[in-house]
Amino acid sequence: MNLITAINQTLHEIFEAIPETSIFGEDVADPKGGVFKATVGLTDRFGSRSFNAPLAESLIVGVGIGKAAAGGRPIAEIQFADFIHPGFDQIVSEAARISYRSAGRWTCPLVIRVPFGGGIHGALYHSQSIEAFYTHVPGLKVVAPSTPADAKGLLWAAIRDPDPVMVLEPKRLYRLARGPWPEGEHVVPIGKAALRRLGDDVTIVTYGAMAHFAAEAADRLAAEGIAATVLDLRSLRPLDWPSIEAAVHRTGKVLVVHEDNGFVGFGAEIVAQIAEKAFDWLDAPLQRYTAPEVPNFPFAGGLERQVLPSTDGIVERARLLARY
Amino acid sequence: MPAPPAAPQPLQILTPSGDLAADSPLPLARIKDLYRSMVAARAYDKKCSAMQRQGRLATYAQFEGQEAAQIGAVAALEPRDWVVATYRDAAAMWFHGYPWLNLILGRTGDERGGHAPAGVNVLPPSITVGAHMIHAVGLGWASLVRGDDAVAMTFFGDGATSEGDFHEAMNFAGVFRTPTVFVCQNNGWAISMPRERQTASATIAQKADAYGMAGVLVDGNDLLAVYAAAHEAVIRARAGEGATLIEAVTYRMGPHTTTDDAGRYRDADHLAEWAARDPLERVRRHLEANGEWTAEWQHGIEIGEAETVEAAVEEAEALPAFDAGDIFDGMFVDLPVALRRQRRAAEDGAG
Repeated sequence: MNLITAINQTLHEIFEAIPETSIFGEDVADPKGGVFKATVGLTDRFGSRSFNAPLAESLIVGVGIGKAAAGGRPIAEIQFADFIHPGFDQIVSEAARISYRSAGRWTCPLVIRVPFGGGIHGALYHSQSIEAFYTHVPGLKVVAPSTPADAKGLLWAAIRDPDPVMVLEPKRLYRLARGPWPEGEHVVPIGKAALRRLGDDVTIVTYGAMAHFAAEAADRLAAEGIAATVLDLRSLRPLDWPSIEAAVHRTGKVLVVHEDNGFVGFGAEIVAQIAEKAFDWLDAPLQRYTAPEVPNFPFAGGLERQVLPSTDGIVERARLLARY
Repeated sequence: MPAPPAAPQPLQILTPSGDLAADSPLPLARIKDLYRSMVAARAYDKKCSAMQRQGRLATYAQFEGQEAAQIGAVAALEPRDWVVATYRDAAAMWFHGYPWLNLILGRTGDERGGHAPAGVNVLPPSITVGAHMIHAVGLGWASLVRGDDAVAMTFFGDGATSEGDFHEAMNFAGVFRTPTVFVCQNNGWAISMPRERQTASATIAQKADAYGMAGVLVDGNDLLAVYAAAHEAVIRARAGEGATLIEAVTYRMGPHTTTDDAGRYRDADHLAEWAARDPLERVRRHLEANGEWTAEWQHGIEIGEAETVEAAVEEAEALPAFDAGDIFDGMFVDLPVALRRQRRAAEDGAG
């Protein structure tokens, strides 16, 4: 099963199991069923629990906050991560703060699904990564599945979570990532990373679409005799520090990979924590492989391929690090 | 260029001299109760201003002059309904069941003030102007989905109508016919910006037309007019006939907050003009003319309500301090592991 089908099937399961759930966003209702088809079939089967909201992202998030306060289990879909910015205030100052501001009286069990990232020839307004903005905010949880099983498990975890959870879906993997889809209520705990490959020479810490390509890179490195550990974080916040620490201990060499810009990107947090807490275990300088400091991503296909981190780029950098 | 059309006259039932210009929507006994509540609200407002000057609370946003707009509107609600308001709406929140204690804690910097008691459907006040209106729409939509008839009433000022969230909230409420009552307290000022500079609309109420909902312009210092408009809006909402925008024309008698000096940007003449339209005084005159008011009774309720507020202040100041560890506990239902470590460190630092 591919990633987008996994998301669609999981939403059907969740809607079946939890009558309080609803989903809304731009073009999510049938017959369109979302621009990526994530929600197709939900209106046909569950009626107005899946509906088209007016074209306004602040509204989509804010209405979810109200619905959650009244006991609902709302899922807000933002059509593209690039369009989430008008909802920033509602996410940062409202969803992430309602519980704090009310000393726990009102919680915000809101799930925000957001397709993100590049590699689909989407240009500046359909390619952005937004995790650095939202992982910065206390009160929010941010996850990014890269396999169909994790998409299912993290969606279930998010809908069961009493606090707001942003689910970043690497849209480049919607049809590219294939894998098993566990039956029944399969929950991947928020805050647990997944070990995709295990090796002693070098560790690649990553998430989202890059987790998929890092696994490919590890297989190519293995053919050259370099054993790489690939840690797919899955949860960006809360962060699974024990798994990162164990991987650092195993290899002493760390390459952090993400497709967002590097400057104050999410990888900066990873390398900072390793430098603070596991410096003694390092055998080489910490490395980051990210997009250069240009808007993500150029429309011209050749240019996008040139600046978007790739399997080749991961192999090259991991090889150099392994030989350090 | 043709002159803009004259603004329509706001609905008025009780004139500044205390006479009825139309039939009263409420019996005298209820008016007397609501008057007492306005007296209580004014006692709280004055107490908080005094506490700010005494250094017992940091910043306070006075609502003096807006008691009728707040209490008259909430008087049309039932306990199952919601109030979603701002930092200047303590009277509205209190009248819907939010204790003075919580409101005082909120102003002294104790986050426990945001914890409404069970059964009190009042969200913590919003400070980001406009964002909360959307929550009221979401609450109203939840009522529609569940098939109950709870109404969400949201308060905001004239400045908030310039925010994008006002448009987004009104638009959704119009399309989905949510049971939402939008109460705009047009108090003339958004800090130093006069109402005329917020919008070129003749009225704010007329903006309702564009969203396909009812819009009502009322004298916001007239308890009975505000109540009548809110009551009608609530009936409409419960009947599935959608949202209403009420523009209650009132005046911010004080500065924006205790940190502001309104004398720097507005003319004191307006204050005298609006003082003559005081929302409490006209109800007092009405009660007196109907044999329901004496100076002794007034003295008694002023003392009684001030004592109630005083007791809440004492209770708030006697509470053990909200400490560094507590800051962490409010954020999530289950605190993530990494934050548990930070919580311990913060507590040790504080201890």
